Amino acid sequence: MTQTFSLKRLTAVAALAASTALSLGTAALADKASNTLNVAFAAEPEPLDTYKIAGRQGLILARHIYDGLLYKNLDTGEIVPALAESWEFTGPLTMEFTLRQGVKFHNGADFTADDVVGTLNTVITPEYGTRYSISVDWIDSVEKLDDYKVRINMSKPFAGAIEMLADALPIYPHAFFAENGSAGIAATPIGTGPYKLISQEPGIRYEMERFEDHYEGSPKSGATIDKITVRTIPEMNTQFAELMSGSLDWIWRIPPDQAAQLESRVQVISAPIMRIGYVGFAPEAMAGETPIADKRVRQALIHATNRGAIVDAFAGGASKVLNTPCNPAQFGCEQDVTTYDYDPEKAKALLAEAGYADGFDLEMVFAAMPRPTAEAVAADLANVGVTLELNEQQYASGIGKWRAKELPAFFSNWGSYGIGDTAFILSNFFGGGADDLVQDAELATWLTEADTASDREVRSENYSKAVKKIAEEAYWMPMYNFNVNYGLSNDLNFTPHPDEFARWWAASWK
Amino acid sequence: MLSFISKRLLVALLVCLTVSALSFGLMFVSGDPAIAIAGSGGRAEDAEAIRQAYGFDRPLIVQYLDWIGSALTGNLGQSIYFNVPVTEIIGNRAGVTLTLGFISFLVALVIAVPLGVAAALRPNGWIDRIALVIAVSGQAIPSFWLGLMAIVVFGVWYGWVPISGADTWQGYILPVIVLSYYAIPELMRITRSGMIDVLATDYVRAARAKGLPMHLVISRHALRNAVLPLVSLAAVQLGQLLSGSIVIESVFALNGLGRLAWESLLRSDLPVVQAIILILSLLYVVLTTLADILNAVLDPRLRGGS
Repeated sequence: MTQTFSLKRLTAVAALAASTALSLGTAALADKASNTLNVAFAAEPEPLDTYKIAGRQGLILARHIYDGLLYKNLDTGEIVPALAESWEFTGPLTMEFTLRQGVKFHNGADFTADDVVGTLNTVITPEYGTRYSISVDWIDSVEKLDDYKVRINMSKPFAGAIEMLADALPIYPHAFFAENGSAGIAATPIGTGPYKLISQEPGIRYEMERFEDHYEGSPKSGATIDKITVRTIPEMNTQFAELMSGSLDWIWRIPPDQAAQLESRVQVISAPIMRIGYVGFAPEAMAGETPIADKRVRQALIHATNRGAIVDAFAGGASKVLNTPCNPAQFGCEQDVTTYDYDPEKAKALLAEAGYADGFDLEMVFAAMPRPTAEAVAADLANVGVTLELNEQQYASGIGKWRAKELPAFFSNWGSYGIGDTAFILSNFFGGGADDLVQDAELATWLTEADTASDREVRSENYSKAVKKIAEEAYWMPMYNFNVNYGLSNDLNFTPHPDEFARWWAASWK
Repeated sequence: MLSFISKRLLVALLVCLTVSALSFGLMFVSGDPAIAIAGSGGRAEDAEAIRQAYGFDRPLIVQYLDWIGSALTGNLGQSIYFNVPVTEIIGNRAGVTLTLGFISFLVALVIAVPLGVAAALRPNGWIDRIALVIAVSGQAIPSFWLGLMAIVVFGVWYGWVPISGADTWQGYILPVIVLSYYAIPELMRITRSGMIDVLATDYVRAARAKGLPMHLVISRHALRNAVLPLVSLAAVQLGQLLSGSIVIESVFALNGLGRLAWESLLRSDLPVVQAIILILSLLYVVLTTLADILNAVLDPRLRGGS
């Protein structure tokens, strides 16, 4: 008897706990009182040397600590001065920068041309091991002209140069950096940014404090929050509990289904980002011996997939179906292109025309995409007789197989480093490199032209031609732009940006 | 006894070597580490640079021998992700795991053994029934669920303990309760069945017949014999508590070795993964060897044919 009684009681307690789990915590206390913003990430930030960071978590922290020469105002699309007061192209491959005077580093050192030269000339060397070579391989050398004037000599024309200088290439204090290197700057980050790092347990916990001597006229000025505490909490449910009980004020990357449940207790904001999901087709795979090599087959696959339903069901929020291999928010992403409506009958007709009236089997690897989306694509294609052999892999394995030309279709996503320019994604996948399994010479020519021209008109015209051809040839099945759900304390004002760089210096309490 | 110990140690060494070689090979089966380190935005050129920098382009056997060679001299290498020595990271993270593991182990033992003994004294009595409920629910409820419920009730609802993190000792309360709860059932059941067997033997009956008080019968005669399987099981349990608390560490945001191993696997931080696997396999081997030796001390029959 005791046994049944205990079991019943246990179930009752558990059920009670479960039902109250989501109905509690309506009174968000937040740390408005102590003016401290409490933040949690699920993934561990990398060491705080921007040049070696791949993950957003570390980059967000770094952007609060360090500044670049320029800054991009995403609301207006304008590049504005930051550590450099003004800049100009003095030749096809040279740029000159006039630096701002009176800027102080967190350690009290003055910012001068030596810091720019010392930082950039170090990170461009191959031994330094900058994570993304594309971010610095266009710099040949940097010269000091006087204490507040530098010249950058480019090694090749690169249209993304200004975008890169806009906060992606921070300036470190040269004396400290020369002595301590990458490991030193990561252990003791010193920058000119709006927040300075007070303490860190790398990967676990970070505390930042507002930097009172942050320079006048900075695009990151006006911070009102005194302290920011960042912790790593891997389990989303634990983050929700902390957010609802008021010990967290800011979390992100909340899965869509859970975002809906949180909405009634805390602020939930969905914001579109640069990252897009796509199915890449590889006409070159298996030496061109797959049905994918036939344009009609590729078009049929897109017609057969009900992308609208997939986006509504699994992405939600600010996500929309795409027709282009780039994000419409990016420069050069032409939207006047061939589109493919959901039309299974047309798909069947195209398949029959291509000689596949009875369908065929095809392998598709998906990586870093929710399994239901891949299964939905497979279900839609099954309706027109195409049997997808689905295979979920880590991104590294998937892209490895893709580069080895062993994969006719790859379902994944790409983030363009959060940059609002089509240059990166198009050139990577269609510019003739290792990820380009289309190897369309015409595309590669247009893209090279667009990537290296300094005239925006020329660039936009060539990207437009490329985007149109990719859509017409159905080289990709673009899926949707990603969105990020943020969970915020009810007291917090926070504006998300499509580049996924949280700007806590612009956050405030209500 | 000496030859027994040296045999056990040799086997232990071979186990460690096999585990490290297998895990090294498996890391490369799961995908090109260079591409994984380059990240999702990394181009083929970036991956190539990483491949060169970390020597992933060399034959696997050369890389393994290189690694084992430095490991034998105590150099476990640099973490690729954190860019600091592996020993430093593991040193930073081991404290949490060791604290959590040992305390949970002690709590589990202190509850499981007396409860098992009490249950064995009156099979099907009310203590035995309660013990059964604990055992069944402990084995049936998933630990992440129990952890989250504990957070909701005691962290969010009552606010008695911190929801997550190990900044204060209070942060350990819930994780220890949840973790030890999962170690209790097996320990308790093996104590109970061992005791029931022993209590039915002739020598126990003899001890009671000569008028020894029950507590002396249990502590001097019964428990010492019933404890043999418990020692072996406890060694494995302690190994699991020290190595396998990935779920608990994640739910309560404790930054221990379990989570470090898991995260390092996901980001292809091979030196860290290899080091943790080596340390944990060593730990298991040491614990089971200790248990074997302890059992041999307790029971001369196990010392083999010498």
